[in-house]
Amino acid sequence: MRKLQGWKDIPIGTAIIEAGSSVKYLTGEWRNARPEHNKDKCTNCLLCWIYCPDGAIIVEDSQVTGINYDYCKGCGICAAECPPKVKAITMVKNQN
Amino acid sequence: MARLAALTGNNAAAEAIRQIKPDVFAAYPITPQTELAEEVAQFVADGILDTEYIPVESEHSSMSVCIGASLAGARAMTATASCGLAYMWELLPTTASLRSPVVMVVVNRAFNAPLNIHCSHDDSMGARDSGWVQLYSENAQEMYDNLIQAVKIAEDETIRLPVMVCMDGFIISHAVERLLLLEDEKVKNFLGEFKPVHSLLEVNNPVTIGACALPDYYTEHKKQHSEALRRSLDKIMEVANEYAKISGRSYSLFESYQLADAEYGIVIVNSAAGVTRTVVDKLRKEGVKAGLLKIRVYRPFPAAQIVQALKNLKVVAVLERTDSFGGVGSPVFTDISAAFMEAQTKEKPLMVNYIYGLGGRDVGLKDIGKVYANLQVINQKGKIEKSFAYLQARE
Ligand code: SF4
Ligand code: SF4
Repeated sequence: MRKLQGWKDIPIGTAIIEAGSSVKYLTGEWRNARPEHNKDKCTNCLLCWIYCPDGAIIVEDSQVTGINYDYCKGCGICAAECPPKVKAITMVKNQN
Repeated sequence: MARLAALTGNNAAAEAIRQIKPDVFAAYPITPQTELAEEVAQFVADGILDTEYIPVESEHSSMSVCIGASLAGARAMTATASCGLAYMWELLPTTASLRSPVVMVVVNRAFNAPLNIHCSHDDSMGARDSGWVQLYSENAQEMYDNLIQAVKIAEDETIRLPVMVCMDGFIISHAVERLLLLEDEKVKNFLGEFKPVHSLLEVNNPVTIGACALPDYYTEHKKQHSEALRRSLDKIMEVANEYAKISGRSYSLFESYQLADAEYGIVIVNSAAGVTRTVVDKLRKEGVKAGLLKIRVYRPFPAAQIVQALKNLKVVAVLERTDSFGGVGSPVFTDISAAFMEAQTKEKPLMVNYIYGLGGRDVGLKDIGKVYANLQVINQKGKIEKSFAYLQARE
């Protein structure tokens, strides 16, 4: 978790004084369910990669190698799109 | 040497603006502010004021221009009234929370309907919670003095907040008065140069201003703004004391007139303080301990100081030129009531709230005399029968 600043520490007048600071904003903090990927079951059809709205499925050399939890918001679309016969992604509830 | 002049309230404000020399002035004409907007335009056209005058197509735009200019590092000013202020409403809290030190003259005028171009305080009183500093002016001299001080308060590095300076439409904006003006050089030195905290034009130091803040940060931004406004009370007094040194005219958070030993008090805002003072003098001669508290700084509200000034009175009437429809009372009345609640003083006066002078209705010696008479009746009976009334409404 990033450290949230207090009212005395933030620049006045809503100013953001650092360019490109949005890369520090890890939207994965919102997640309340965590997708877990099973490499052994995965057929690398990449349906999850196509459907993930946050580009959080990590693919290297056409292989799913994991999930980027910094930005994965836990929507569960990947688990729903993974073919029923494969079911290589399971959602673990109440976990960031 | 100070200059003696005969000017209307609008002229006096325009003269102050000429001396303040804003980098940008963006205004849209609206009665009774029109003469002021015209006069500033005339100064610029005549080449005696080096200001970028932006003739906008609406008040929504005038405030937008002022915000942009201010954030870019310019001293920005505007002026409006009534529906014009209503039309820029959306931008008022934006200006304040962006901490843009824009200074605006509000020539108080009633809200429609029915259509009315005369004085009520509906406009600026309605805007009291927008996060601006609000100063009120009894006459042209006070408008001139308040306006110059407003720029210094707004631009102070520890404050950085917009300031509204209000005067009564027509009664003050269009009546010629005798007043004293400072030398141009004195105003210039008093104010110094405006230095923005973060300028949008500093290309080597890019900043983003007014981005989105979600529930995780919005509260902190508002708290920061709220604290700055509360803190500004001391700064307003500091600026008043500095101004007294160059002008010889002293200002406080409010004016106490014959209040120290008073039993019956009227609290009033803007021009009607004049007629009230005259009635106080008359009653004092008759042995009635009458007093007056005239609001100058309304936001931030000097709650503790007002409680201190009123707590030993027997009965107080808060007279107001606007109604807070359906509320407990008008704005100043509810603020003073809350201030007593907060202070938890043992001593407190009985307090009534009278609405007067709506849409420019004249308030005379008789009206004010009647109020002080009512206060004495309330004191004799020891209780209030009617705490809220329209003073001048025909049955
Ligand atoms: S849970 Fe949603 S955001 Fe996270 S990887 Fe799956 S599809 Fe992407
Ligand atoms: S959808 Fe399922 S099987 Fe296809 S790549 Fe993603 S995890 Fe592997």
